[in-house]
Amino acid sequence: MDPVGALALRMGDNALILGHRVSEWCGHAPVLEEDIALANIALDLIGQAQLWLGLAGEVDGRSADELAFLRDTWDFRCLLLVEQPNGDFGRTVMRQFLFDAWHVEMLRGMCGSSEPRVSEIAQKAVREVEYHLERSSAQVIALGDGTEESHARMQAALEWLWPWAGEALAADPVDVALAEAGIAPAVEDLRPGWEATLRAVLGEATLTIPESDFAHRGGKDGKRHSEALGHLLTQMQWLQRAYPGAEW
Amino acid sequence: MSREWPLWEVFIRGSHGMSHRHVGSLHAADAEHALLSARDVYTRRNEGVSIWVVPSVQITASNPDDKGPFYEPSQSKVYRHPSFFDIPDDVGAM
Repeated sequence: MDPVGALALRMGDNALILGHRVSEWCGHAPVLEEDIALANIALDLIGQAQLWLGLAGEVDGRSADELAFLRDTWDFRCLLLVEQPNGDFGRTVMRQFLFDAWHVEMLRGMCGSSEPRVSEIAQKAVREVEYHLERSSAQVIALGDGTEESHARMQAALEWLWPWAGEALAADPVDVALAEAGIAPAVEDLRPGWEATLRAVLGEATLTIPESDFAHRGGKDGKRHSEALGHLLTQMQWLQRAYPGAEW
Repeated sequence: MSREWPLWEVFIRGSHGMSHRHVGSLHAADAEHALLSARDVYTRRNEGVSIWVVPSVQITASNPDDKGPFYEPSQSKVYRHPSFFDIPDDVGAM
Protein backbone atom coordinates (compact mmCIF):
# COMPACT_ATOMS: atom_id res chain seq x y z
CA MET A 1 0.00 0.00 0.00
CA ASP A 2 1.00 3.57 -0.63
CA PRO A 3 2.85 4.76 2.50
CA VAL A 4 0.92 8.04 2.76
CA GLY A 5 -2.35 6.09 2.60
CA ALA A 6 -1.11 3.66 5.26
CA LEU A 7 -0.13 6.49 7.58
CA ALA A 8 -3.41 8.36 7.02
CA LEU A 9 -5.38 5.21 7.76
CA ARG A 10 -3.50 4.62 11.02
CA MET A 11 -3.86 8.21 12.20
CA GLY A 12 -7.47 8.37 11.07
CA ASP A 13 -8.45 5.11 12.71
CA ASN A 14 -6.80 6.13 16.00
CA ALA A 15 -8.74 9.39 16.01
CA LEU A 16 -12.01 7.78 14.91
CA ILE A 17 -12.00 4.91 17.39
CA LEU A 18 -10.82 6.95 20.36
CA GLY A 19 -13.27 9.70 19.38
CA HIS A 20 -16.07 7.16 19.40
CA ARG A 21 -14.96 5.72 22.73
CA VAL A 22 -14.83 9.16 24.36
CA SER A 23 -18.22 10.05 22.87
CA GLU A 24 -19.70 7.09 24.76
CA TRP A 25 -19.41 9.29 27.88
CA CYS A 26 -21.75 11.90 26.43
CA GLY A 27 -24.59 12.27 28.93
CA HIS A 28 -22.91 9.89 31.40
CA ALA A 29 -19.87 11.75 32.73
CA PRO A 30 -19.64 12.27 36.50
CA VAL A 31 -20.23 16.03 36.32
CA LEU A 32 -21.61 18.38 33.68
CA GLU A 33 -18.29 20.17 33.11
CA GLU A 34 -16.51 16.88 32.36
CA ASP A 35 -19.33 15.77 30.10
CA ILE A 36 -18.91 18.85 27.92
CA ALA A 37 -15.12 18.62 27.97
CA LEU A 38 -15.17 14.96 26.94
CA ALA A 39 -17.62 15.70 24.14
CA ASN A 40 -15.29 18.46 22.91
CA ILE A 41 -12.36 16.07 22.83
CA ALA A 42 -14.42 13.44 21.04
CA LEU A 43 -15.46 16.00 18.43
CA ASP A 44 -11.86 17.18 17.96
CA LEU A 45 -10.81 13.60 17.33
CA ILE A 46 -13.65 12.85 14.93
CA GLY A 47 -12.80 16.04 13.05
CA GLN A 48 -9.21 14.83 12.76
CA ALA A 49 -10.48 11.43 11.62
CA GLN A 50 -12.36 13.12 8.78
CA LEU A 51 -9.17 14.80 7.59
CA TRP A 52 -6.99 11.71 7.84
CA LEU A 53 -9.55 9.33 6.36
CA GLY A 54 -10.20 11.87 3.63
CA LEU A 55 -6.52 11.65 2.75
CA ALA A 56 -6.51 7.86 3.04
CA GLY A 57 -9.54 7.81 0.73
CA GLU A 58 -7.81 10.00 -1.87
CA VAL A 59 -5.14 7.36 -2.09
CA ASP A 60 -7.53 4.43 -2.05
CA GLY A 61 -10.56 5.73 -3.96
CA ARG A 62 -13.08 5.53 -1.11
CA SER A 63 -14.72 8.31 0.86
CA ALA A 64 -13.92 8.96 4.52
CA ASP A 65 -17.44 7.79 5.40
CA GLU A 66 -17.01 4.53 3.53
CA LEU A 67 -13.74 3.92 5.33
CA ALA A 68 -15.28 4.68 8.71
CA PHE A 69 -18.55 2.80 8.38
CA LEU A 70 -18.04 0.01 5.86
CA ARG A 71 -14.83 -1.69 6.93
CA ASP A 72 -14.71 -4.66 9.26
CA THR A 73 -12.43 -5.20 12.23
CA TRP A 74 -9.41 -6.62 10.39
CA ASP A 75 -9.26 -3.60 8.05
CA PHE A 76 -8.84 -1.13 10.92
CA ARG A 77 -5.34 0.12 11.70
CA CYS A 78 -5.85 1.77 15.10
CA LEU A 79 -3.67 1.10 18.12
CA LEU A 80 -4.99 -1.51 20.54
CA LEU A 81 -4.91 1.15 23.27
CA VAL A 82 -7.65 3.32 21.75
CA GLU A 83 -10.15 0.50 21.25
CA GLN A 84 -10.09 -0.56 24.92
CA PRO A 85 -13.39 -0.01 26.74
CA ASN A 86 -13.85 3.11 28.84
CA GLY A 87 -13.92 1.30 32.20
CA ASP A 88 -14.32 3.74 35.06
CA PHE A 89 -13.62 7.45 34.68
CA GLY A 90 -10.04 6.92 35.87
CA ARG A 91 -9.32 4.39 33.16
CA THR A 92 -10.76 6.72 30.52
CA VAL A 93 -8.54 9.55 31.76
CA MET A 94 -5.45 7.34 31.87
CA ARG A 95 -6.09 5.92 28.37
CA GLN A 96 -6.44 9.49 27.08
CA PHE A 97 -3.21 10.57 28.77
CA LEU A 98 -1.17 7.62 27.47
CA PHE A 99 -2.50 8.23 23.97
CA ASP A 100 -2.12 12.04 24.07
CA ALA A 101 1.50 11.73 25.23
CA TRP A 102 2.29 9.71 22.08
CA HIS A 103 -0.10 11.59 19.78
CA VAL A 104 1.41 14.98 20.46
CA GLU A 105 4.97 13.74 19.73
CA MET A 106 3.80 12.04 16.55
CA LEU A 107 1.96 15.12 15.27
CA ARG A 108 4.84 17.45 16.11
CA GLY A 109 7.13 15.18 14.14
CA MET A 110 4.74 15.13 11.19
CA CYS A 111 4.49 18.93 11.05
CA GLY A 112 7.78 18.77 9.14
CA SER A 113 6.71 15.89 6.92
CA SER A 114 8.09 15.64 3.39
CA GLU A 115 4.47 15.09 2.30
CA PRO A 116 2.59 18.43 2.36
CA ARG A 117 -0.85 16.82 2.78
CA VAL A 118 0.43 15.13 5.95
CA SER A 119 2.10 18.21 7.43
CA GLU A 120 -1.01 20.29 6.75
CA ILE A 121 -3.26 17.98 8.78
CA ALA A 122 -0.64 17.57 11.51
CA GLN A 123 -0.29 21.33 11.96
CA LYS A 124 -4.02 21.70 12.43
CA ALA A 125 -4.39 18.70 14.74
CA VAL A 126 -1.39 19.41 16.96
CA ARG A 127 -2.99 22.53 18.44
CA GLU A 128 -5.99 20.49 19.55
CA VAL A 129 -3.91 17.63 20.86
CA GLU A 130 -1.60 19.89 22.87
CA TYR A 131 -4.73 20.95 24.74
CA HIS A 132 -5.88 17.34 25.12
CA LEU A 133 -2.54 16.50 26.73
CA GLU A 134 -2.66 19.55 29.01
CA ARG A 135 -6.11 18.48 30.20
CA SER A 136 -5.45 14.77 30.58
CA SER A 137 -2.16 15.49 32.41
CA ALA A 138 -3.92 17.78 34.87
CA GLN A 139 -6.55 15.12 35.51
CA VAL A 140 -4.03 12.32 35.98
CA ILE A 141 -2.20 14.49 38.51
CA ALA A 142 -5.36 15.59 40.32
CA LEU A 143 -6.75 12.07 40.60
CA GLY A 144 -3.45 10.24 41.12
CA ASP A 145 -2.42 12.63 43.88
CA GLY A 146 -5.97 12.90 45.15
CA THR A 147 -7.84 10.77 47.64
CA GLU A 148 -6.90 7.24 48.62
CA GLU A 149 -9.62 5.89 46.38
CA SER A 150 -8.80 8.02 43.34
CA HIS A 151 -5.10 7.16 43.70
CA ALA A 152 -5.90 3.44 43.83
CA ARG A 153 -8.16 3.69 40.78
CA MET A 154 -5.55 5.59 38.76
CA GLN A 155 -2.78 3.14 39.67
CA ALA A 156 -5.08 0.24 38.72
CA ALA A 157 -5.93 1.99 35.43
CA LEU A 158 -2.25 2.49 34.63
CA GLU A 159 -1.46 -1.16 35.31
CA TRP A 160 -4.46 -2.38 33.31
CA LEU A 161 -3.64 -0.18 30.30
CA TRP A 162 0.11 -0.55 30.36
CA PRO A 163 0.35 -3.69 28.15
CA TRP A 164 -1.76 -1.85 25.52
CA ALA A 165 0.33 1.33 25.60
CA GLY A 166 3.62 0.02 24.23
CA GLU A 167 2.42 -0.83 20.72
CA ALA A 168 2.66 2.82 19.63
CA LEU A 169 6.37 2.85 20.47
CA ALA A 170 7.24 -0.45 18.74
CA ALA A 171 8.24 0.15 15.12
CA ASP A 172 6.94 -2.14 12.38
CA PRO A 173 7.91 -2.20 8.66
CA VAL A 174 5.31 0.47 7.78
CA ASP A 175 6.74 2.83 10.42
CA VAL A 176 10.26 2.21 9.14
CA ALA A 177 9.28 2.91 5.51
CA LEU A 178 7.48 6.11 6.52
CA ALA A 179 10.47 7.35 8.49
CA GLU A 180 12.89 6.55 5.66
CA ALA A 181 10.74 8.55 3.25
CA GLY A 182 10.65 11.48 5.70
CA ILE A 183 6.84 11.30 5.79
CA ALA A 184 6.59 10.55 9.52
CA PRO A 185 9.10 10.70 12.39
CA ALA A 186 10.99 7.54 13.33
CA VAL A 187 9.27 5.70 16.18
CA GLU A 188 12.45 5.62 18.26
CA ASP A 189 12.65 9.42 18.03
CA LEU A 190 9.25 9.69 19.72
CA ARG A 191 10.22 7.64 22.74
CA PRO A 192 12.32 10.21 24.68
CA GLY A 193 9.54 12.82 24.60
CA TRP A 194 6.86 10.26 25.44
CA GLU A 195 8.86 8.87 28.34
CA ALA A 196 9.71 12.33 29.67
CA THR A 197 6.00 13.25 29.69
CA LEU A 198 5.11 10.01 31.47
CA ARG A 199 7.84 10.39 34.08
CA ALA A 200 6.93 14.00 34.82
CA VAL A 201 3.16 13.59 34.97
CA LEU A 202 2.95 10.16 36.59
CA GLY A 203 5.65 11.19 39.06
CA GLU A 204 3.72 14.27 40.11
CA ALA A 205 0.60 12.10 40.28
CA THR A 206 2.46 9.82 42.76
CA LEU A 207 1.79 6.84 40.46
CA THR A 208 4.24 4.03 39.83
CA ILE A 209 5.09 3.17 36.22
CA PRO A 210 4.93 -0.63 35.75
CA GLU A 211 8.31 -2.26 35.18
CA SER A 212 7.19 -4.69 32.50
CA ASP A 213 7.90 -3.70 28.91
CA PHE A 214 5.51 -6.32 27.52
CA ALA A 215 3.27 -4.86 24.85
CA HIS A 216 0.42 -6.47 22.93
CA ARG A 217 0.82 -6.06 19.18
CA GLY A 218 -1.54 -6.33 16.26
CA GLY A 219 -3.64 -3.16 16.23
CA LYS A 220 -1.81 -0.85 13.85
CA ASP A 221 -1.10 -3.67 11.40
CA GLY A 222 -4.63 -5.05 11.81
CA LYS A 223 -3.40 -8.58 12.45
CA ARG A 224 -4.85 -9.09 15.92
CA HIS A 225 -7.29 -6.51 17.19
CA SER A 226 -8.69 -7.04 20.66
CA GLU A 227 -12.23 -8.31 21.13
CA ALA A 228 -13.36 -4.82 22.11
CA LEU A 229 -13.07 -3.37 18.60
CA GLY A 230 -15.76 -5.61 17.08
CA HIS A 231 -18.23 -4.63 19.78
CA LEU A 232 -17.46 -0.96 19.20
CA LEU A 233 -18.00 -1.29 15.45
CA THR A 234 -21.41 -2.90 15.87
CA GLN A 235 -22.49 0.25 17.71
CA MET A 236 -20.69 2.75 15.49
CA GLN A 237 -21.60 1.23 12.14
CA TRP A 238 -25.09 -0.19 12.68
CA LEU A 239 -26.95 2.67 11.00
CA GLN A 240 -24.98 2.51 7.75
CA ARG A 241 -25.17 -1.28 7.84
CA ALA A 242 -28.92 -1.31 8.43
CA TYR A 243 -29.73 1.57 6.06
CA PRO A 244 -26.93 1.62 3.47
CA GLY A 245 -26.22 5.09 2.12
CA ALA A 246 -28.54 6.82 4.61
CA GLU A 247 -27.96 10.57 4.86
CA TRP A 248 -29.49 13.32 6.97
CA MET B 1 -18.34 18.62 54.23
CA SER B 2 -19.98 19.09 50.85
CA ARG B 3 -19.19 16.49 48.21
CA GLU B 4 -19.59 19.10 45.48
CA TRP B 5 -16.67 21.01 44.04
CA PRO B 6 -16.70 24.71 44.88
CA LEU B 7 -18.43 27.14 42.54
CA TRP B 8 -16.45 29.52 40.30
CA GLU B 9 -17.63 32.55 38.35
CA VAL B 10 -16.30 32.78 34.81
CA PHE B 11 -15.41 36.01 32.99
CA ILE B 12 -14.38 36.07 29.35
CA ARG B 13 -12.92 38.77 27.16
CA GLY B 14 -13.78 38.36 23.50
CA SER B 15 -11.37 39.19 20.71
CA HIS B 16 -13.06 42.60 20.14
CA GLY B 17 -13.93 43.30 23.75
CA MET B 18 -12.12 45.71 26.04
CA SER B 19 -13.24 44.11 29.28
CA HIS B 20 -14.00 40.70 30.73
CA ARG B 21 -17.71 39.95 30.94
CA HIS B 22 -19.43 37.54 33.27
CA VAL B 23 -20.65 34.54 31.26
CA GLY B 24 -21.71 32.06 33.93
CA SER B 25 -20.42 29.73 36.57
CA LEU B 26 -19.15 26.19 36.98
CA HIS B 27 -17.97 23.71 39.57
CA ALA B 28 -14.26 22.81 39.75
CA ALA B 29 -11.80 21.40 42.25
CA ASP B 30 -9.28 24.26 42.01
CA ALA B 31 -8.41 27.33 39.97
CA GLU B 32 -6.48 25.50 37.25
CA HIS B 33 -9.28 23.00 36.87
CA ALA B 34 -11.78 25.83 36.69
CA LEU B 35 -9.79 27.51 33.89
CA LEU B 36 -9.67 24.30 31.84
CA SER B 37 -13.37 23.65 32.35
CA ALA B 38 -14.22 27.25 31.53
CA ARG B 39 -12.36 26.86 28.27
CA ASP B 40 -14.43 23.78 27.45
CA VAL B 41 -17.79 25.02 28.65
CA TYR B 42 -17.71 28.69 27.62
CA THR B 43 -15.33 29.12 24.66
CA ARG B 44 -16.47 26.29 22.39
CA ARG B 45 -17.69 28.73 19.74
CA ASN B 46 -14.59 30.87 19.66
CA GLU B 47 -15.99 33.40 22.13
CA GLY B 48 -12.88 34.36 23.98
CA VAL B 49 -9.20 35.24 24.08
CA SER B 50 -8.86 35.57 27.85
CA ILE B 51 -10.56 33.88 30.78
CA TRP B 52 -10.79 34.84 34.45
CA VAL B 53 -12.17 32.53 37.08
CA VAL B 54 -13.05 33.75 40.56
CA PRO B 55 -14.26 31.66 43.51
CA SER B 56 -17.92 32.56 43.92
CA VAL B 57 -17.48 32.82 47.70
CA GLN B 58 -15.05 35.71 47.14
CA ILE B 59 -17.74 37.86 45.58
CA THR B 60 -19.42 40.32 47.91
CA ALA B 61 -22.82 41.18 46.52
CA SER B 62 -25.18 44.02 47.33
CA ASN B 63 -28.30 43.04 49.18
CA PRO B 64 -31.44 43.07 46.95
CA ASP B 65 -33.49 44.18 49.99
CA ASP B 66 -31.43 47.39 50.16
CA LYS B 67 -32.25 48.47 46.68
CA GLY B 68 -34.44 51.37 47.81
CA PRO B 69 -31.76 53.33 49.65
CA PHE B 70 -29.07 51.99 47.29
CA TYR B 71 -30.48 52.98 43.93
CA GLU B 72 -33.56 55.17 44.22
CA PRO B 73 -31.72 58.39 45.13
CA SER B 74 -29.95 58.37 41.77
CA GLN B 75 -33.18 58.15 39.81
CA SER B 76 -33.97 61.83 40.37
CA LYS B 77 -30.47 63.15 39.58
CA VAL B 78 -30.89 63.71 35.88
CA TYR B 79 -28.11 66.33 35.95
CA ARG B 80 -25.61 63.53 36.56
CA HIS B 81 -26.06 62.36 32.97
CA PRO B 82 -23.76 64.30 30.68
CA SER B 83 -26.56 64.93 28.23
CA PHE B 84 -26.78 68.71 28.46
CA PHE B 85 -23.66 69.44 26.49
CA ASP B 86 -23.18 70.05 22.81
CA ILE B 87 -20.30 67.86 21.75
CA PRO B 88 -18.16 69.42 19.02
CA ASP B 89 -18.13 67.23 15.90
CA ASP B 90 -14.35 66.90 15.82
CA VAL B 91 -14.33 65.14 19.19
CA GLY B 92 -15.48 61.99 17.41
CA ALA B 93 -17.22 59.02 18.98
CA MET B 94 -17.58 59.23 22.75
